[in-house]
Amino acid sequence: MCDRISLTIDGRQIEANPGQTILEAAEEAGVYIPRLCWMKGLSAFGSCRLCTVRVNGRPQSACTQPAAPGMIVENDTEELRQLRRSLIDMLFVEGNHFCMFCEKSGDCELQAQAYRLGITAPQYPFMFPQCELDASHPEIFVDRNRCILCGRCVRASQELDGKHVFGFVGRGPDKRVAVNSESGLAGTDVSVDDQAIAACPTGSLLAKRVGYVVPVGRRRFDHEPIGSEIEPASADE
Amino acid sequence: MSSSKTRRVVIEPLTRVEGHGKVTLLLDENNRVEQARLHIVEFRGFERFIQGRPFWELPVLVQRLCGICPVSHHLCAAKAVDGIVGAETLTPTGEKMRRLMHYGQIYQSHALHFFHLASPDLLFGFDAPVAKRNVIGVIAEHPDLAVQGVMMRKFGQEVIKATAGKKVHGTGAIPGGINKNLSIEERDFLLKDMDQMVEWSRAAVKIAKDYTLENLDQVASFGSFDSNHLSIVRQDGAMDLYDGNLRAIDSVGEPIIDQVDPLDYLDVIAEEVRPWTYMKFPFLKSVGPEEGWYRVGPLARINTCDFIDTPEAEAARQDFLSLTDGKPSNVTMAYHWTRMIEALHAAEKIQQLLHDADLQGNDLVADFGERREEYVAMLEAPRGTLIHHYKVDENDQVTMANLIVSTTCNNEPMNRTVQRIASDYISGVPEITEGLLNNIEVGIRAYDPCLSCATHALGQMPLEVTLIDHQGALLDRLARPE
Repeated sequence: MCDRISLTIDGRQIEANPGQTILEAAEEAGVYIPRLCWMKGLSAFGSCRLCTVRVNGRPQSACTQPAAPGMIVENDTEELRQLRRSLIDMLFVEGNHFCMFCEKSGDCELQAQAYRLGITAPQYPFMFPQCELDASHPEIFVDRNRCILCGRCVRASQELDGKHVFGFVGRGPDKRVAVNSESGLAGTDVSVDDQAIAACPTGSLLAKRVGYVVPVGRRRFDHEPIGSEIEPASADE
Repeated sequence: MSSSKTRRVVIEPLTRVEGHGKVTLLLDENNRVEQARLHIVEFRGFERFIQGRPFWELPVLVQRLCGICPVSHHLCAAKAVDGIVGAETLTPTGEKMRRLMHYGQIYQSHALHFFHLASPDLLFGFDAPVAKRNVIGVIAEHPDLAVQGVMMRKFGQEVIKATAGKKVHGTGAIPGGINKNLSIEERDFLLKDMDQMVEWSRAAVKIAKDYTLENLDQVASFGSFDSNHLSIVRQDGAMDLYDGNLRAIDSVGEPIIDQVDPLDYLDVIAEEVRPWTYMKFPFLKSVGPEEGWYRVGPLARINTCDFIDTPEAEAARQDFLSLTDGKPSNVTMAYHWTRMIEALHAAEKIQQLLHDADLQGNDLVADFGERREEYVAMLEAPRGTLIHHYKVDENDQVTMANLIVSTTCNNEPMNRTVQRIASDYISGVPEITEGLLNNIEVGIRAYDPCLSCATHALGQMPLEVTLIDHQGALLDRLARPE
């Protein structure tokens, strides 16, 4: 046990194994740090910045920063909640996220983060970008209107499926997820069972004809906010 | 530049209807109505922006046309999608859950219209002070009726929630079936209020009937005219609000078309576009655009069906038709009476279904059959016949949508009603009061129009504004650039 590292999150002392990131250590201790591009089983990417915490006063992404002895981490503060609201807000306005008819609604991590953070309306103007929908594959479709460029499909295809179906092209506002075939998804070796499909946190990458098979009230985030599976129930519940 | 003797009276916005619209009246120097038109001033564009979307999204996407009767669009699109996946014959649980959802929708929508939107006119008179002639006035003077209306609507919404997952914009109907059954707890929750709902529906039929009979002198001619009537009916001629084939009759009940498969609707119905409104004008092809327009909705359905398959509503239907010796009624204000007969029918149907064990079944989705690239579905929405027509490509993306909604079908009849009332009540009157203008709104309200639903098309109507003097001379014209 002498290898264990001691650090504090929001004033609470927790322990971590050497090599664990702040996010992993916090999760093990029952502390939820919001995240979108991070997914268990994939390498950390550090792109969405939603897991930004203050470490000894400096902003760091909790999914890439290893835990270290004596760290003082701030996570659940109004300043960081506001930062995360802004990040989620920008993801919404940079895409075309119409939750009202999206089949991922109720099961979407972007939507769930917005609900958890109490976002009721966007504070930035919508950009309404022109995005493509690739439905060429018989079993899968990509709706880039809903893509948040988290890269989970890119990493899952490489690291879990042993394929290289997805990758990023373009820069800045033109950045998008592309597939490794000029004829679209139909020309790739992607399969509906690939973990890359399940890795998408939004409704951007979906199996076809599944739709709304899970009724309202039984979807993943219908009753508990995202992160509840990590946080212990409070004493008064 | 305009003639100083021509007056233009605008009623805007129309109140106590769904959506945004206005009426313009052109009066000559003697206050005679030269022209009266209902304009729909909102604009939706659903037919265009659903192009490219995956077809299984349609039932959830298209229902966003409306917040009042989204279930109608939800189910009609679902029926079309059933056809696209080759699963138009549903499992008993799938079909009965959808029917329950639909009857809940009919019930809540009819209750909303009768008690909240129309009752101020019926209870206080068409020209009562505007401060009183509203739902707050109803609450103040008839609190029992106001509460009854709220509770009836609430019950219908609870039925929708139990079947679609949410009271508004749920997701229940999926390709080939439904995504949930009705739990015993949900069934018992609804059953505890069921008898009360049937009783209140009975009472509502009586209110509407008594109102009509007590005011027959005024009501019989108010905005009325002979018209054709259209609805879907079951194969045996029964009223069926969820499924059936097209039937149209003329003003005296002679058949025009009968048992036309929804897939063949383009053989019998066409739509005319006019430059001054976003709403199209459907008509029966065999009769032509001049005389082929028709009414839809409760009045039309009571006229077209041979019978209603629930006992109390059938007795009420026969009672209603006894006034016209069994012939179709062409009385515009009779929409209210027939709407309440349908509310009673919906309550009876809900009661029957809640006692049906199929609703607790677990076989929710039918097997998919031969995939089609085009399908047409119809149902009877609260306001009338609803048609959804879609084409999809080999990638499952929508390439074409044509939605003919009930308020669009009632477009010509509503304009006729406006013209008739304007001629009867406004023409030649030295002073046009707010109460007189309300007569026109009363006539439009009888149809319970949903102007939001009726303006779903995009890019098909040239927007043009013309200013015409009392001699018909064109004074000015503004047109949207092509």
